[in-house]
Amino acid sequence: MTQDNTRRTLLKGTAGILATGMFPAIHAQEKVVLRYLGTAVNQDKAIADKFKADTGIEIQYVAVNTDEVTKRAVTSPNSFDLLDTEYFSLKKIVPTGNLKGIDTKKIKNADKITTLFTTGTVAGKAVGDQGTAPKKVIFLEGEKSKAFAKAPTQWMSLIPTVYNADTLGIRPDLIKRPIDSWAELLNPEFKGKAAILNIPSIGIMDAAMVVEAKGLYKYPDKGNMTKQEIDLTIKTLIEAKKAGQFRSLWKDFNESVNLMASGEVVIQSMWSPAVTAVRVKGIPCTFQPLKEGYRAWAAGFGLPSTLSGKKLDAAYVFINWFLDGWAGAYLNRQGYYSAVLETAKAKMEAYEWAYWMEGKPASQDIKSPNGELLAKAGSTRDGGSYEQRMGGIACWNALMDENTYMVQKWNEFVAA
Amino acid sequence: MSRSHEAGPPAWLQALPFAAVFVFFFVAPLVLVGAVSLWPTSDYELKPGFVFDNYATIFAGCANLAEPCVTLKTYWSTLRFSLAAWAVTLVLGFAIAYFLAFHVRSTAAQTLLFVVCTIPFWTSNVIRMVSWLPLLGRNGLVNQALLGLGLADQPVEWLLFSNFSVVLTFVHLYTMFMLVPIFNSMMRIDRSLLEAAEDAGASGWQTLWNVIVPLSRTGILIGSIFVITIVMGDFVTVGVMGGQQIASVGKIIQVQTSYLQFPLAAANAVVLLAVVLSIIVALNRMVDLRREL
Repeated sequence: MTQDNTRRTLLKGTAGILATGMFPAIHAQEKVVLRYLGTAVNQDKAIADKFKADTGIEIQYVAVNTDEVTKRAVTSPNSFDLLDTEYFSLKKIVPTGNLKGIDTKKIKNADKITTLFTTGTVAGKAVGDQGTAPKKVIFLEGEKSKAFAKAPTQWMSLIPTVYNADTLGIRPDLIKRPIDSWAELLNPEFKGKAAILNIPSIGIMDAAMVVEAKGLYKYPDKGNMTKQEIDLTIKTLIEAKKAGQFRSLWKDFNESVNLMASGEVVIQSMWSPAVTAVRVKGIPCTFQPLKEGYRAWAAGFGLPSTLSGKKLDAAYVFINWFLDGWAGAYLNRQGYYSAVLETAKAKMEAYEWAYWMEGKPASQDIKSPNGELLAKAGSTRDGGSYEQRMGGIACWNALMDENTYMVQKWNEFVAA
Repeated sequence: MSRSHEAGPPAWLQALPFAAVFVFFFVAPLVLVGAVSLWPTSDYELKPGFVFDNYATIFAGCANLAEPCVTLKTYWSTLRFSLAAWAVTLVLGFAIAYFLAFHVRSTAAQTLLFVVCTIPFWTSNVIRMVSWLPLLGRNGLVNQALLGLGLADQPVEWLLFSNFSVVLTFVHLYTMFMLVPIFNSMMRIDRSLLEAAEDAGASGWQTLWNVIVPLSRTGILIGSIFVITIVMGDFVTVGVMGGQQIASVGKIIQVQTSYLQFPLAAANAVVLLAVVLSIIVALNRMVDLRREL
């Protein structure tokens, strides 16, 4: 009820400002609410609370799943004021013209955004760019643009928020031997105890990592397969499925946590916070670095093209605040990585920074932002330092040109 | 025709409100789905058109029966679940309804037992489904019991994420939909018919088969329609209990909509609708529902 009221007065206010030509808005005393569309994983209450305390602007989370975020961005671009989506979905969203290019001149820390996004390098070294690497889609040709720019411009499609490099999660206590390759996912040793995620565009990339690791085929671009390559990848999956390799497929975060925690599955595609969630239960679980590298993903903030006036200003305030360190430190402590490392470092304790970012042994117990024990003193983070982890990226979550065909073949795998 | 009838507003006006609701919420969306199913497939735009590509995609390679296509396999698997769930819920629902209607004498006890049957329905569908997971899992209660009693050497794997667990959950979720209409039909059977059958020397089984079953057929039919149509369109139960490894028509549609492939999804929905409608028509052939009700 109160939300409705604020929205209504807000609309009235905005309309009034537009009518009088007072633009941008100066009615700072009036309450602004930003509707933030994204996945629940990124929508932390603590972040919204802290932002409100700092600026008085209210964040209203609209939580849906990854696919639904894209669907809404494409089909109902007026249902949100701030979009938090993954870079690979841009190939679907940007051609609709529903996104406004973000003016980097209004973003204080724009030039400090990690080079992983702008040039695709970590510590000067290029990382894998197969798939929808952010550097390919981060710049637009102008504020109103339906095309990606080839070289850096003033206009960004998404300002990066969080990113990570995914790999296999394992139960070291049940496997009892070292795991170092993606090929292990389809190793018959784990028959009936493996799982892969049932989100076609991501699942097929994990499968491609396995196919390459087994030496079956080397893809020119795992993130943009030809029909023959899709056929080959799905064929490998179907053979494994028919042989009873998979205990289950999973679609959401909690499913993957439950499969692992209950011991139904001992090796599976996994996301970093899911591994953390298993560990918090006191069950050993490793986010296993593998020699073939990681499949990376990245999310960022976008602005709908219709956003204007006070809400637009508030959205810029939020993005600037987000890159200013507090939120970055918060995300880093959850095991994600933040876009501007320098500001986040300033808001983290030295021992925390050493553990999370430098891959050093924890000098004291490492706790999550909610105070849960994540790692005991002396332990080191899976995957090592930022450079080791991000430098090990082999490919990025992607949207293929043959997406329709791929989804169709994926359904064949599920039906097999 | 009596006077009072002539005095009211004309018949078409009386039918208008419901007809409008029907057109707005049922006919219009259905026509839209039919229309979109003929549009060309495109990732981020809906371009109107009139092509049969989507249907061609769905049925591509389906002529070869030696190696059935995804569509046929999926429908076959969904149909099998429908049949299995239907058969089990029918037997269970009928047996429970029979017990309630003919063995429980007092109305108070009948009402009480009927309410007991509905208690599980006070929680959500999803919770009732998910609660099977800790029971049937590899380290679940059932397996622990089997191992503890020495009935099995190692955990039984087919209990969970299998056809068995899917059918079990369907039965658990939907027996009520079978029970209620059958119970309702049974309660309307004239008790003197049963006495007459007994007087004429019919055995218990003969009475059941020749009197009660025929007179409960409307309830059986309604229950069957409920169960079959729900199972045909389900994708959540098959997904969760089948470990996402079993295909269902609903799941295919859901995956396609989540990838914005609305035309393909619409075409699939039209095919599913056609299949379900033919099942209902066939069932109606067996019992003339409108005359019997």
